[in-house]
Amino acid sequence: MIEKDRARFIYQTMNRIRCFEMKAVSLFESNKLRGSVHLYVGEEAVAATVCSQLSEEDYIASTHRGHGHCIAKGATLDGAMAELMGKSTGYCKGRSGSMHIADLSKGNLGANAIVGGGIPIATGAALASKMQNNGRVSVSFFGDGASNEGTFHESLNLAAVWKLPIIFICENNLYGISVPSWQSTSVKDISVRGQAYGIPGITVDGNDVEAIDEAFRTACQRARDGEGPTLIECKTYRWLGHWTGDPQPYRTREEIEEWKQKCPIKRYRTKLIEQGIFTSEELDGIEKEAQAEADRAAEFALNSPEPDPAGLLDDVFYEGGAQV
Amino acid sequence: MIKTYAMAVHDVMAEEMRRDERVFIMGEDVETLGGVFGCTRDLYKEFGTERVRNTPISEAGFVGAGIGAACAGMRPIVELMYMDFTFVAMDQILNQAAKTRYIFGGNAKIPLVIRGQQGIGRGNAATHSQSVETFFMHIPGLKVACPSTPADAAGLLRTAIRDDNPVMFFEHKALYAQKGEVPEDIDFTIPFGKADIKREGTDVTIVANLLYVGRALEAAEILSGEGISAEVIDPRTLVPLDMNTITESVKKTGRLVVVHEAHRNAGWGAEIAAQVTEDVFPYLDAAPIRLGTAPCPLPFNLGLENAATPQVADIVKAAKTVLYRI
Repeated sequence: MIEKDRARFIYQTMNRIRCFEMKAVSLFESNKLRGSVHLYVGEEAVAATVCSQLSEEDYIASTHRGHGHCIAKGATLDGAMAELMGKSTGYCKGRSGSMHIADLSKGNLGANAIVGGGIPIATGAALASKMQNNGRVSVSFFGDGASNEGTFHESLNLAAVWKLPIIFICENNLYGISVPSWQSTSVKDISVRGQAYGIPGITVDGNDVEAIDEAFRTACQRARDGEGPTLIECKTYRWLGHWTGDPQPYRTREEIEEWKQKCPIKRYRTKLIEQGIFTSEELDGIEKEAQAEADRAAEFALNSPEPDPAGLLDDVFYEGGAQV
Repeated sequence: MIKTYAMAVHDVMAEEMRRDERVFIMGEDVETLGGVFGCTRDLYKEFGTERVRNTPISEAGFVGAGIGAACAGMRPIVELMYMDFTFVAMDQILNQAAKTRYIFGGNAKIPLVIRGQQGIGRGNAATHSQSVETFFMHIPGLKVACPSTPADAAGLLRTAIRDDNPVMFFEHKALYAQKGEVPEDIDFTIPFGKADIKREGTDVTIVANLLYVGRALEAAEILSGEGISAEVIDPRTLVPLDMNTITESVKKTGRLVVVHEAHRNAGWGAEIAAQVTEDVFPYLDAAPIRLGTAPCPLPFNLGLENAATPQVADIVKAAKTVLYRI
């Protein structure tokens, strides 16, 4: 059983992510938001649970499907929605959008639109933590598709030989865009790839908060104790298309419906009531609060100014200014 | 103090590691072997194997780790055994290191040096002899340095290590044994974006980098015997690029030859010729000439390698051509 404060954080965070994303979808559909928007709906338990055990100083590196990680690691919905809308008040001044959103002040090394691109970076942050002996851990989030990238294998090997304080979290949502993982991935359980690098690998139900929590606690302790990395595979499912507008000819309605029955938010809600941690009314309150926050975030973003083109070349370099 | 180019690189890394504990080196064979070219020789004895860190042969992994470590407060120097191997790690360099600060809205700094040697001279053939600096000046967010002397290597590398941006630092394998005076001041730096006039002249401007600075100077000596006064300019950094020194020289001479070991096609010399043409066209008395490596992979055979790359005689000929002396 998860202690009350953390249980609240997890439930609240899952709902904030869900409401944020559904709001983003409606903004996208009304042409108020452009670009690639990869939705995490159905996978919220992973980010919310993992981040409930991290402090602000710990690092995460995320993926193109990164809203959930960003919010769970401490982003405000206002700043995140403004970034998705490309506004100057966004976390990255409107330069990043959904696919590259980052907030280093909260230890978030960024969404990463190159599949597998963030894994070595998270590994490097763990190397820095080890060299600085500051007790921080890194979490590298990535999908099943990324586990076929060289950077995944290189990073697991590096982290293993250097015993780095990092936890590799594979969110296996069963598809790399349209390609089912049985067609692209040589193993049924990606966690067995840990064995190749001499590190523990474990597969958990990625829609089960408590299962994730337990596996991550062990891995996190191992990392903080200087014993090195762990690979955790969370089996989950993205309810929506790879992107907003994906016609999804590669899977059936029945399959999607089946997974919707396993909704991580509903499941945890039932559990929290069963365990007597929160009443149904209290949980309703958390949900309403999340919805209101997402609505306010949309208003904030819509009313925020566009970035000034005069700042186009700012921050290309540390000292500012153009390339040449 | 007289030092080799390799020793200049070695000593600056040691001095900077003494000065700042956040600086560390990682790369292939940098520890007990001291790097294949000796640039990290014995450094592990003073700084330990945490800070002079052998890596697996895993370029994308350890270049990416350099980025993450830089984001997390370290100042990594990542050594690539050959700069040809940048391509194995290209996504991490171009999509990650170069873009991170900008796309984070300015809320990150990436004090990362990626350094190593490149070029001809040892018969390393197609995949180990290329000059690849041009690729990196095309992508915003990277600085690009190319020293041609031991002093420049020392001053530019110290600037690179103290810079808060990712710096691509290109050494040349055929220059490592070259000796020259290097200031002993442990704060000796050469600012980026400041070209060096290696020889003053009035009749023709020759712009060259790395190994070709020496070759351009040889050509200038020959030209002087024929009554032609050549000015030789080494831009030293391609990003930032000191166009002002080059255009001022062209305004004086009215003639431009650019010579480099990078391939001639779309090489950095083309950028310089274009900018000179745009900026000081009325001063030009002849169309600029670009010399560079032929459009073929670098062949192993020495005669073929020489045939593929610009020779001193080619530089002399180009200078005379822009002066209509041929």
